[in-house]
Order: sequence, then structure tokens, then C-alpha cells
Amino acid sequence: MKRRGFLDWMIRIAGTSLGAFVLYPVFRYLVPPRIPEAATRRVVAARKDELAPGSFKTFPFGSQPGILIRTNDGSYRALSAVCSHLGCTVQYRGADRTIWCACHNGLYDLEGHNVSGPPPRPLEVYVVHVEGEDVVVEKAKPA
Amino acid sequence: MRDWFRDRIGLDEIQHLAEKKEVPVHRHSFWYYWGGMTLFLFGVQVATGILLLLYYRASADEAYESVRFLMTQVSFGWLIRSIHSWSANLMIGAAMIHMFSTFLLKSYRRPREVTWLTGMALFGLAMAFGFSGYLLPWNQLAFFATKVGTDIVGDLPLVGTFMLRFLRGGDHITGGTLTRFFGFHVAILPAIAGGLVLLHLYLVQRHGMSVPRSVERAGAPPTMMKFMPNFMLRDMVGWLAMLGVLGLLAALLPWELGHKADPYAPAPAGTRPEWYFAWMFQTLRVLPAHILGLEGELAGVIGIGIAGLAWLAVPFLDDPHGEGARARLWTLVGVVAAIYIVVFTLLAYRVAAP
Repeated sequence: MKRRGFLDWMIRIAGTSLGAFVLYPVFRYLVPPRIPEAATRRVVAARKDELAPGSFKTFPFGSQPGILIRTNDGSYRALSAVCSHLGCTVQYRGADRTIWCACHNGLYDLEGHNVSGPPPRPLEVYVVHVEGEDVVVEKAKPA
Repeated sequence: MRDWFRDRIGLDEIQHLAEKKEVPVHRHSFWYYWGGMTLFLFGVQVATGILLLLYYRASADEAYESVRFLMTQVSFGWLIRSIHSWSANLMIGAAMIHMFSTFLLKSYRRPREVTWLTGMALFGLAMAFGFSGYLLPWNQLAFFATKVGTDIVGDLPLVGTFMLRFLRGGDHITGGTLTRFFGFHVAILPAIAGGLVLLHLYLVQRHGMSVPRSVERAGAPPTMMKFMPNFMLRDMVGWLAMLGVLGLLAALLPWELGHKADPYAPAPAGTRPEWYFAWMFQTLRVLPAHILGLEGELAGVIGIGIAGLAWLAVPFLDDPHGEGARARLWTLVGVVAAIYIVVFTLLAYRVAAP
């Protein structure tokens, strides 16, 4: 290889390396750091007298919304409110006793099963207790 | 004064270049105006966007309130915001007309392949402008539209998780997502779009206007019109009419603000993206939960992605002379795509929540 050719290659390699040294930190900067979340297993979702039969509320469960439903017979159901299709927050429709996602018209039953529309998976079901004046929701223990 | 500038910045060369440019006149010349119309609306976007920046505050605690202040307290704030929103939508409409007319007249034929590619990149950027700008008022509809939109990106094979976290600035949509989208909307996207617009205009200038095959086949070359001032003046008549339409829309149908985003509230009924994403939204809505063992939305995203790539590559897939069975097939593809988009957009607006 001639000296000029050698120098051309060295300049290309040096230029590419310099570009990589500049771009690598920029690329890493653009990707947000992973911040571990405290694993929330149990929250107070409502006060005992807060929900009338046939109504619902959404509540923060860690960083995600959960849904607490008081059915017509006065019992409680709690589930993850994150639709398994594309992550919208679901709501309860008392008239037909279904859980509905307004974004793409997905439907779940009160057990969290996906019964129609595009959702591919059921909703996670939580355990509900009434403790004194509080309605407490917690994640089900793994079987 | 004119002589002073002429000597220093070469006004004569610019004038000579402008006088040299000509536009063919034939029965399809109407479609030549839509590129200029898109550029005009882009100019309106830049001007009104800069004005909005004077009051907008990009944080989850203040964004909604700053837009409400702008719309209710600032003189003509409602007008500037409405014109920004309406011109954004009309710009994408004009760009769509420009893209489909280019496609159906086969203006992407050699040597204009790169002009097509830069135009498609600009169209993609216009959609990215729309997507990032939609979140900035931090209202409920925008929050869920962004949640769904970024979730779709998260479904992409291999790069999905990375892209989702890159777009959201984390795993969830938070105030961090808002500042990130603000940065995309007012700095990164305009910088890229500015360069691409210049390249696209240079290529249009370099290759001149494409004459459709049907006109070429007719025999005699079409008569030519001077770009400056004849075509430019016609362009400006269209821009003036569009400015009137914008004023009318902004005054009669001012852009709504809605309710402030609440990350824990249910998605409101009627949640849907901007109209230019509606055909994709409707496609994902009608797909079943599973298709050939894949989750429905993943199959939909892959299908739309393949169709988009084929659309992008059409200058290399179609017959280079725009003749024969292959050319007719691609014309049919263009017509079917246009019908599909129109029908699915209408369906998205027609299907009411049960």
C-alpha cells in the first residue's frame, strides 16, 4: 500500500472513531435510565361508604391505575385498569355489568376475562378486603 | 440599495434562476399546486408555532393551564392556537393530496426517485409533528391517544421496547414524556424538516416538473408557463384562499381544550387519534385478538409496516417507464389504498361507542 493510501485509511478510521466517540454518549443520553419501582402489593382504594352499588372508581396502584367496582349486590371487585390491548384505562358499565375500554371497544366480564373486541388477554384480578372503614386492594398471592 | 445587495448576495443569479424555471401546462397541471400549498401551510405552522411558544409552559403541572390562559386571557390567543391546529390538519391533508397525485401520475419515475423519498420522509415528519404536538396541551384525549400510539410502537418486533422507552422517556407517560415531545416538536423535528424541505425543493428545481405519461404519449410537448411570475401568482391566489379558509375555521370551529389529563382516570368515550391516524386506529379496532398465532395488534402493525415500506419503495418496484401491466398494477394499488384510507377513516368516525 502506498503512503497516500495508508494515510487515507488512517484518516477514515480516525474520523469514524471520532464520530463514534461523539455519537455514543448522545445515543446513551437519549435512552432514559431504568428506575426501579417500589413493588406495590397493597393499597387503600376507597373508604367503605364511598361507592354506591353499581358504581366504580379508578385508583393508583403503584404507577398503574386499578379499578374498584361495587356490584349491585354490594360486593367489591378489583382489577388492573390497564387494557391488555393497547394500555388504555378501562371503566365499568353498570347497565350490562361489563368492563369496557373506550379506546378500541374492548369488553371484559367482572372476572376480568376478555370477552369481545381486540384485547388479547384478561385483566389481572386483585383481592379486596374491607378493613374497618377502608376498602383494601392487594395483589393475589402467586399460586 | 438594490445594486448594493446585487453585488454582495448575487441577486442577478437568483433572478436568472427564477426566470429560467418553467411549468408545463396540461390537463393535470392542477395537481402541481399542492406541493406549494403544503409549503404555505408549513410556513403558517412555523409562524403560529413561534407565537404559541411565547406563552406555552412544557410541564405536566403547567401545560394545560398555560394553554387555557392563552385561550381565555391572551388577546387573540384562541385564534393563534386554532389556526395552528387547523393549519396542521390542512397541511397533512394537502400533503396527502400531493402524495397521492404524485403516486397516481407516476411522477416518481427516473430521475425523481430521491424526490419521492424526501417527500415521503417529509410526510412521515409531518405525522410526527402531529403526534408530538397533540400531547402538548396535556388533555385527556391527547394523553390516551399518546398512550395508544406509543404502545403500538412498542409492539414493533425487535426495536419496540427500545422505541417505546425512547419516546416516553421511561416506561409510562409522565411529565417527562411531555417535555420530550415538546423537544421533538419545537427543536428536533423542525431542524430535520428544514433541511429536508430545502433538499426536496432543490430536487424539484433540478429535475423540473414531471409530465405524466399520458401527456407525453399524446405527442406534441406541452406548452410551458413561466414559474415567475405566472405560476407563482396562481400559487398565491390558492394561498390567499387557504388563509381565508383557515380564518373561517378558526373563528367558527375554534380548537377545543378538553379536560386536563389524569393518568388514573378511565379513557373517555370517543377516544380516537387525529383523523390522519384514524384509518390505522380503525384497522386495529376491527382486527380479532389473535391472527395466525400472533396478537391482533402485532399482526396489524406488521401489515401496516409492510404496506408502508412497499409504498416508499414504489419508484423501484414500478415499471421505470410507467408502461405495461406492472404500471397498471401499481396504479390499482394507489386507487385501492386511497379508497381503503377514506373508508376506514369514515368508519372510525361513524362507529359510535355502544
